Amino acid sequence: MAVSVEEAELVAAAKDGDGAAFAELVRATHASTYTMAFRLMGNEDDARDVVQDVYLRAFRSLKRFRGDARFSTWLYRITANSAASHLARRTRNRHDAITDDDAVPDERLDIDPQLSAEARVLRDRVNLALAELPEKLRAVVVLRDVYDLPHEAIAEELGISEAAAKVRLHRARKKLREQLYPMPGEERARAV
Amino acid sequence: MRSSKRFATADVTCESVAAVLPGIVDGHDVADAPTHAHVEACLRCQAELAQYRRLLRALHQLRTQVLAPAPGALAELFTALNAEGEQRAMRFLLSGRKVAYVGGIAAATAGAAGAAILVATRARHRRLRLAS
Repeated sequence: MAVSVEEAELVAAAKDGDGAAFAELVRATHASTYTMAFRLMGNEDDARDVVQDVYLRAFRSLKRFRGDARFSTWLYRITANSAASHLARRTRNRHDAITDDDAVPDERLDIDPQLSAEARVLRDRVNLALAELPEKLRAVVVLRDVYDLPHEAIAEELGISEAAAKVRLHRARKKLREQLYPMPGEERARAV
Repeated sequence: MRSSKRFATADVTCESVAAVLPGIVDGHDVADAPTHAHVEACLRCQAELAQYRRLLRALHQLRTQVLAPAPGALAELFTALNAEGEQRAMRFLLSGRKVAYVGGIAAATAGAAGAAILVATRARHRRLRLAS
């Protein structure tokens, strides 16, 4: 993926300790990082925690960023890793009756006034279906099919094997397809 | 071309094709020849494959959707980043002081050792002069 000159310059300056350049990178990527975190975590509070963790990690390890990929792609990987850690912690600490069925659909306003009503309805349905997926399946399908991360990177950031990542992806796609585009007979089967 | 009823070609059934479609749809997995032949001949499997393609397009389009973070989220983040920056600066200063402290001890130790050697050497010379 092409890296813009402006972004490359900001990254280089930030690596040299220019705080204003890093702040500019944060401003440019904050909303998209938040969106990804929200999709992975399923709620605003956890998404905010993840975003904070992402930028703190990025700040600490900026010198290790080689710059051969886009800064946003690097952030996507950190976000995936941070979200996986938060989800693991949340699972360990979960003593109440929260289940994936309690997933809250995304109702925040988005920055896209041009979108047609039909496309908006479809997008809302897809977001709702994603929110209803089990966390482990949701993480893989979001990283692969929304953000285009390669299987290898997904496996690495989620701490699972590539084979496991592929199995989860297939299950997630199957569940989403059955829910969003059911074949004849599947709707009745789901309703029973 | 067969109707949308389920059927089997060679050892391939609609059920076995359905199990591999989620991997085939983005080209990551490649369908073997019997599976390919089955899909070519089966309207039901073609329809299911088309639904998977629609799903992938819909998911991919989500990437252009950007949610607006809550007001104040960015300010909160900058506060955390500033605190981290200050901590790092403090750690740097402390590590600098530690180096200076260790350096001072090393210099003092070296000085003391040098003085001891000097004293010992002079005492030895004095003893030799007295003996001669």
